Amino acid sequence: MTTTVYVPIDATARSLGADEVAAAIAREAAARGESVNIVRNGTRGLCWLEPLVEVATPAGRVAYGPVDAADVPELFAAGLLRGGDHRLAHGRTEHIPYFKNQERLTFARVGLGDPLSLADYEANGGLRGLRAALSAGTGADIVEEVVRSGLRGRGGAAFPAGIKWRTVAATNADRKYICCNADEGDSGTFSDRMLMEGDPYVLLEGMAIAGLAVGAEYGYIYLRSEYPDAERTLLAALGRAREAKLLGDDLLGSGKRFDIELRRGAGAYICGEETAMLESLEGKRGMVRPKPPLPAIAGLFGKPTVINNVITLASVPIILDKGGQFYADYGMGRSRGTLPFQLAGNIKRGGLVEKAFGLTLRELLYDYGGGSASGRPIRAVQVGGPLGYYIPAAKFDLPLDYEAFAANGGMLGHGGVVVFDDTVDMAHMARYAMEFCAIESCGKCTPCRIGSTRGVEVIDRIRAGTRRSENLTLLRDLCDTMIHGSLCAMGGLTPAPVLSALDHFPEDFLR
Amino acid sequence: MRQGPIDEAIATRGHLPGGLLEVLHAIADRLGWIPPEAVERVAKALNLSRAEVHGVITFYHDFRSEPPGRHVLKLCRAESCQSMGSEQLAAQLERRLGCRFGETSPGGAVSLEPVYCLGNCAASPALLLDGQLRGRVTAGRLDRLVDELTAPAAEERA
Repeated sequence: MTTTVYVPIDATARSLGADEVAAAIAREAAARGESVNIVRNGTRGLCWLEPLVEVATPAGRVAYGPVDAADVPELFAAGLLRGGDHRLAHGRTEHIPYFKNQERLTFARVGLGDPLSLADYEANGGLRGLRAALSAGTGADIVEEVVRSGLRGRGGAAFPAGIKWRTVAATNADRKYICCNADEGDSGTFSDRMLMEGDPYVLLEGMAIAGLAVGAEYGYIYLRSEYPDAERTLLAALGRAREAKLLGDDLLGSGKRFDIELRRGAGAYICGEETAMLESLEGKRGMVRPKPPLPAIAGLFGKPTVINNVITLASVPIILDKGGQFYADYGMGRSRGTLPFQLAGNIKRGGLVEKAFGLTLRELLYDYGGGSASGRPIRAVQVGGPLGYYIPAAKFDLPLDYEAFAANGGMLGHGGVVVFDDTVDMAHMARYAMEFCAIESCGKCTPCRIGSTRGVEVIDRIRAGTRRSENLTLLRDLCDTMIHGSLCAMGGLTPAPVLSALDHFPEDFLR
Repeated sequence: MRQGPIDEAIATRGHLPGGLLEVLHAIADRLGWIPPEAVERVAKALNLSRAEVHGVITFYHDFRSEPPGRHVLKLCRAESCQSMGSEQLAAQLERRLGCRFGETSPGGAVSLEPVYCLGNCAASPALLLDGQLRGRVTAGRLDRLVDELTAPAAEERA
């Protein structure tokens, strides 16, 4: 009898030795005369258990982790292939509370099987969205389904996706484009990467649906160069998708066409800003463009362009398959559907938690995350990437919803949550925010280009105790200028971490 | 020697709309850097000015104008990795390699670079060594890694 064993091929798992674990399992099985079929699946998102090995048993998939290659002989001795008990065993994967309590819509398939198997993809609900879109009467019907779902841009700005699509659909042009922003540069975020490596076809399907909706026949994925594993997976998926007519001149035999090209970024954070991304796709320096014109009207090569991030586009197939209302039934207020939160930094159980909007930071940090990795008290949490606010423990009970969170001085952004324990120096983190902006600013507008460098200097003076109260006033003034005078969110939001550090942790600036 | 990769990059990627980054990537993938003679040839082939090509090369961190060391080590210095002690690892690397971030160690074994997020934030701290991602990096593991990269035997092989 052949036993199926799953060892993730996800970059996080590989960074922790998953390839060596897979090789050790093959070796040990051969030595023992056991027959195993090793499947390299996407990650389940239980990253603290990576490399997470799963064994298919009659009772379901049993999880072991974190597995080191050196543990493998001992695991076999404990009856790994029959789901035997061991100190690294966690019972059935689907019963682990961290996984069981999630609401996986966008990530429904990630971790189930071989990410590049189109047969697995279809068997688990893939292509249903595209089929529904192809049988929908017109592009407008598709757009309205997305409007009904309430889906908002998951890249951070949370603009309603359907409304953006409407604008592109209504703009006449000889060519239109779908651009997927896969420049996931925010620290603490990895959901785009996990999705592209774990279920690449859902992204391609979402982009094809967007093309049908607005009348575009060509799309680009702008992928950051820091993700070589995602690049390999996407290139392989694009090839197979063309063979299977999920892309090309005859989408699933409908006569409609849509194709996608992968483009690599080159290590510039600012290219995650949509207009800088367009410049980069056009082969130029990633300099931010003033808006208007909106990219939906004059975007890539001056043509109407849908720009959405990976998670937004990957959420479209399930909306077309199950209906906008199904998706809208999750969530709270004007935040409909689910968000794949990412627990990162100093957290005991880091990983991906897809939940409907409305849970609290406290639930995320303690029920899922299990508190800090160091065991010390959690002092501050940065939500929404390097341009996000630092949230103090007193605010952990806020519901995670775009509006409620924003009303209380936060920004959900891309759903990344970076945890710091009580050893953090918040004045240092504020300085880092300004320094990062100085390094990554495109340089087009003065408040961002010069303001960030001046910000580092002013914070250095405050920390050195030089005319402290005057410099604190100056820092707030400078932040005000950056907020109101910057061309894009880079300069406009760099003050968010700085001011929240000043407001909630003033003592750190007075040491 | 250098003619080959530059010509090839232009031939395979130069026709793409807005394909300058693609051409430069293709050159950098083969050579590890963008040699000065590439600027003029790429500019000519893509009907751009040399200033435009130079501007793009210098805008993006990925494109070097100097050849790298035998290994390229990128340590993540963003928030998530900082929360798990990456700044101490950064100091350790500078000390052990005898160079600052943005420089190559004396002897040319390792080019040390900062990177701002590798998407491995649930396994911080993280680094990228010659394109290979490593997570949950500790001071001990980093020391062994530097030993391997700078060992005389490794230098001879490289």
